[in-house]
Amino acid sequence: MRTPFLFLVQPTKGMDMRVNKQKLVLVGNGMAGVRTLEELLKIDATLYDITVFGAEPHPNYNRIMLSPVLAGEQTLDEIVLNPWSWYEDNHITVHAGRKVVEVDRVKRIVRAVDAQGDVVEAPYDRLLLCTGSSPFMLPVPGKDLAGVIAYRDIADTLTMIDTARTHRHAVVIGGGLLGLEAANGLMLRGMTVTVVHVNAWLMDRQLDRVAGDLLRKSLEERGLKFRLGAHTQELVGNEDGRVKAIRFKDGSEEMADLVVMAVGIRPNVGLAESMRLHCDRGIVVTDTLQTVTDARIYAVGECAAHRGIAYGLVAPLFEQAKVAANHLAEMGYGRYVGSLTSTKLKVTGIDLFSAGDFMGGEGCEEIVMNDPFGGVYKKLVIKDDKLVGACLYGDTVDGSWYFRLLREGLSVAQIRDQLMFGESIPHDAGQPHA
Amino acid sequence: MPVNRMPEPTVRQPLPTMTDTRSTCPYCGVGCGVIIESEGAQITGVRGDPEHPANFGRLCTKGSTLHLTASAAVTMQTRLLQPMQRLQRGSAAASVPWAQALDVAADRFARIIADHGPDAVGFYVSGQLLTEDYYVFNKLAKGLIGTNNLDTNSRLCMSSAVAGYKKTLGSDAPPSCYDDFKDAQCLFIVGSNTAWAHPILFRRIEDARRANPAMKIVVIDPRRTDTCEIADLHLAIQPGTDVMLFHGMLHLMLREGWTQPAYIARHTSGFDALERTVRDCTPDQVAKVCGIEPSALIEATRLFANSPSTLSLYCMGMNQSSSGTAKNAALINLHLATAQIGKPGAGPFSLTGQPNAMGGREVGGMANLLSAHRDLANAGHRAEVAALWGVADVPAAPGKTAIEMFQAAADGEIRALWISCTNPAQSMPDQATVRRALERCEFVVVQEAFATTATCAYADLLLPATTWGEKVGTVTNSERRISRVRPAVPAPGAARHDWSAVADFATRLEARLPRRAPGTLFPYTLDDPAGAQAIWNEHRETTRGRDLDITGLSWALLDTAGPQQWPCPEDQATGPATGPATGRSLGKARLYEDGVFATPDGRARFHNAAYQPVAEARDERFPFSLNTGRLRDQWHGMSRTGTLGRLFGHVPEPLVQMNGQDMARLQLGDGDLVQVSSRRGALVLPVRASTEVGPHQSFIAMHWGEEYLSGQSSSGERIAGVNALTLPVFCPDSKQPELKHAAVRILKAELPWSLLAAAWLPADRLQATREALRALMARFAFASCVPFGAGGALQGGAAERSGVLFRAAAYEAPPAALLMEIEALLGLASDETLRYADVRRGQRRAMRLVRNASNAQEAQLEGFLLAGDTRAEAWIKTLLLDQLPAQSFGRQLLRPGATAPAGVAARGKVVCSCFGVTETAIATTLRSGTGSESERLASLQAGLRCGTNCGSCVPELKRMVRMTASEIASTPVPVAATA
Repeated sequence: MRTPFLFLVQPTKGMDMRVNKQKLVLVGNGMAGVRTLEELLKIDATLYDITVFGAEPHPNYNRIMLSPVLAGEQTLDEIVLNPWSWYEDNHITVHAGRKVVEVDRVKRIVRAVDAQGDVVEAPYDRLLLCTGSSPFMLPVPGKDLAGVIAYRDIADTLTMIDTARTHRHAVVIGGGLLGLEAANGLMLRGMTVTVVHVNAWLMDRQLDRVAGDLLRKSLEERGLKFRLGAHTQELVGNEDGRVKAIRFKDGSEEMADLVVMAVGIRPNVGLAESMRLHCDRGIVVTDTLQTVTDARIYAVGECAAHRGIAYGLVAPLFEQAKVAANHLAEMGYGRYVGSLTSTKLKVTGIDLFSAGDFMGGEGCEEIVMNDPFGGVYKKLVIKDDKLVGACLYGDTVDGSWYFRLLREGLSVAQIRDQLMFGESIPHDAGQPHA
Repeated sequence: MPVNRMPEPTVRQPLPTMTDTRSTCPYCGVGCGVIIESEGAQITGVRGDPEHPANFGRLCTKGSTLHLTASAAVTMQTRLLQPMQRLQRGSAAASVPWAQALDVAADRFARIIADHGPDAVGFYVSGQLLTEDYYVFNKLAKGLIGTNNLDTNSRLCMSSAVAGYKKTLGSDAPPSCYDDFKDAQCLFIVGSNTAWAHPILFRRIEDARRANPAMKIVVIDPRRTDTCEIADLHLAIQPGTDVMLFHGMLHLMLREGWTQPAYIARHTSGFDALERTVRDCTPDQVAKVCGIEPSALIEATRLFANSPSTLSLYCMGMNQSSSGTAKNAALINLHLATAQIGKPGAGPFSLTGQPNAMGGREVGGMANLLSAHRDLANAGHRAEVAALWGVADVPAAPGKTAIEMFQAAADGEIRALWISCTNPAQSMPDQATVRRALERCEFVVVQEAFATTATCAYADLLLPATTWGEKVGTVTNSERRISRVRPAVPAPGAARHDWSAVADFATRLEARLPRRAPGTLFPYTLDDPAGAQAIWNEHRETTRGRDLDITGLSWALLDTAGPQQWPCPEDQATGPATGPATGRSLGKARLYEDGVFATPDGRARFHNAAYQPVAEARDERFPFSLNTGRLRDQWHGMSRTGTLGRLFGHVPEPLVQMNGQDMARLQLGDGDLVQVSSRRGALVLPVRASTEVGPHQSFIAMHWGEEYLSGQSSSGERIAGVNALTLPVFCPDSKQPELKHAAVRILKAELPWSLLAAAWLPADRLQATREALRALMARFAFASCVPFGAGGALQGGAAERSGVLFRAAAYEAPPAALLMEIEALLGLASDETLRYADVRRGQRRAMRLVRNASNAQEAQLEGFLLAGDTRAEAWIKTLLLDQLPAQSFGRQLLRPGATAPAGVAARGKVVCSCFGVTETAIATTLRSGTGSESERLASLQAGLRCGTNCGSCVPELKRMVRMTASEIASTPVPVAATA
């Protein structure tokens, strides 16, 4: 079936008719890029003729809400951020379902092809690369079997939903944020799910061991099964080439009609590299999100490497978008200096929050509270009288307060003893209770 | 409050299977009769013996809980059950068979005696031993070994009274009896907190006052104790000025012509010299020295001299003094000068501190005495005793008294010590010296019922002894009344009667020493009541013709006719009683009725001694007087009472009391830690403002030894409790040390890091846990470790619920491992424990919540630990102790600070421990009460039943009634934070 989406927006009345208006081309119709456009339009809607290329045949949707969709808590329509009408209203040319294959930085032309191989070209004055990232697939035998997928986009989500109708056993490789959300969704859709994780505890990049173990306990209570510290040897297929089991280095096996790999993401830098842009764990950008190689070209989002970090979370992308838009709008004073990230798990009924340097370490002091009675664990990491990390499980009410303290980097020496008990704690008069 | 649904303790119906055994209470010198209820080998209950003439069925808070101290759990965890030998000091003791243990002891003693002579060994025994135990000890030391180095803790207790009696009346015999209370028109209570130290006597005083409202009561005590509640007049004299007061009174009597010249002329000698001495003791001079109003002095003198009958009751305030003998004698002087003696309701009546200090002296169990009140100094007496024992002679050289004995051991002069039934490492003054003595001494034998006393740690040999409910023999109480002590249950483990073990040792030693007599000196059937009776009969024979002649008595007679007073010579007694003779009095109730005294010339002697101030006066460097004394619900070193949480309801933790003005001046608040230091040692403990103590004075209960209150001194040693401070200076005549006064400095202790941990514990682990925690006390600059109990009425072993509370402070947070050790001991190392930890700030909090078995919605706090910031104690401790529902608090339990997230009202300290009635309940009830004080007290007792059983708390209730009357109804309710 033919990819239907092609809009060529005609000039209409009232539209700015300035000649030689600058051309801005966005590669990647995702959250980072579209947010950048939104920020830009807020500042000046008339500055550019905007063209958008998107590989997915969808308008921009909220990728991080795929989990609720999988869990059946939301529908696809509900997670669309910018319906087609939005592009129309903002006079943006969209090439959805068209993959950019080449960029000529000399002639400043973007060249894309659609499913049929028809070529579309668009010239640019400024180019915004938001190619995002791709799931990393474990290089194990059988990774190409049918029923072995990643968890990245609507297509993956729909595959899981369909498979859940027809099959029993799911294995999710990767006990991180995404993996657990996938596992939870599949379980809610009636599959028996085993989460395979190579490390000793879940979400080891967001939680310390205590919190990780608490998380595992409560997920186990919900019916998930776990194989921690398990190394995948291979994926075993059946005669019609569909996965049927996963085999571990220790020789043991788990049945698997569906294997979801959520072991991390890799920035999509293929196009950038073909353009001879300097890449290192992402497209290397400056504090204005311009690529270090070509000042006309910006990179924002998971594909960009700023000060050596390519962020995989949504909050930093939005911060980058602000700065990039500021620069595109020729204001030029915005600077991006990196983001502090915080994590929440979108599994209903499980509250966890982590931010900053929650593992502590050299020169760090920990304040720890453990409430097995209420299933709550909190750890605050303090360095030089400043809050530098937090890891909360079971009660995340104060997460935002801690995150604020973290970002503001103010001294907590005065409130240290109350810190653990939340923002609302009145200062203690020290008088005996009568 | 679970007060009114509790069963009446005194009407507990004995079960058919239950055996009743008549015996006596092992605590104070009142010598109350108890009926021990037992089932098989287990003591199950205790009640007052309605037929015993000391108490007529009443018991005090301590006596009525005796059975709880004999529970299986307490026995298993605290009793010494096997002979134990320690091959190296500081190492753990290993159990050995009796024969081996006694042979070891005999070998060591024999060798030391052979190498260094008989005076190189010493025996330090106890006023809590039975007469029979005492007798064998005395015979062993003076008869077999040939040393007079045998002294007892009565030296710290009664010896000034003894010396006072002998110097004036000629004999160590309290001339009065309890019945005199009802005949007295004026009671003169000096240096005695009778309300707390002799509660049952105080009940009798209250009865007498009720029967005779005209009776006047004067209390003389530097402290305003609960005893003052009943007083018409209280003279809060400066510590140690008693002699000046009494001389001043005599001065006034002479001036006013209130003396009885006729009596003085006919029955006394030495008055003229005394008259000259008191001439200078003018009222103004006395008022100045004693710090009292001249008017009060005159009133007191008038009451003493002009009342038809004046009875003075006195105790440690008089005795524990560097001029104790002079104090006793000066008071007796007044009785002689006014003829207030030898008639009903009159006389100088020394109240004995211990249950058998009297019996001990009767058998001559002191370094300066011989059997039956005979005197070592007297060659004739020595010969008599030698003849009675069938030995060539008894040593003439006076032996070392308590203080001298330990000094001698510290100097290496005494090389072997046998300590029985007492705890010198807790109770002796100047602990530094005592401990040096115990460490230096080559061979230390400790004969004990409890393995938990501080002294046990210094023993090379530990010998398990029987105790209350197991022992067989006799005791003599304050009024010269001999009561039988009968066993209700067999001895636990390998424990033996003290006399039995000593006699066994003595025969083994006999074989290793040169022969003293043809046969053995100790021909008693061991471990058999017959043996004890044989010893008593031998003792009885020694009294023939003496002032304490009891040849008219026998065990059979004591069984049929009940307890009897001495003297009771053969001719006087009507022989074996016929028919139901119980309660018949055979002995002499009152002495000197004929005005003939126990002196060669039959005349009482006035003692002429000038007033001497305290040995260690206050000065700039040590500006406070330290006084020590008893608590209402504790006994001595608390090896027994300390096992019961409920007895800590009245005074839960160690503290020093100060006058509010002094505290304000030093900017101290209630509960602040202070360092109390004297020239001999220092101590850290919390301070509390008290209206009982005057300015420049302070008070610490004598009970707080290192078993309950300790820490690490600046020089790194274990702090020895209250007697680290007291001084060893003693009275030249009685050799009794001045435990009642030391000059101390009191400064705020700067220990920023503090700890409070407490938990409910099962009975079978409570004592062991406390012992384990006790071992950790020396790891902190300050630490105290006490049990606590659930409130509620006294209702027997099963229902008792107890826990342990550990408090400490230090300069900085200790290693986490130490705190984890404490948590583990208190059961806080559990999955149910809520925790908060900020290592850097030294903050650590742990709360153990446990869901109710019955109702899972409810949860209670079972234990907690607060480290660093312990202000939350104000409400957390209440949650635990009052067992309030805690589920709603959740993580808020871990919050710092003294303010509870929701209202937590404490019940306050327990005032009436029989019914577990608390301060708060009483205050609440009182605020709604109306009418006269006595009416309001009555309605209080009717409403809450407090003070209606043992009555020990009645004086306190009266005070609270008065206080509430004097206040407006807006009294703040006391809370645990300050209780």
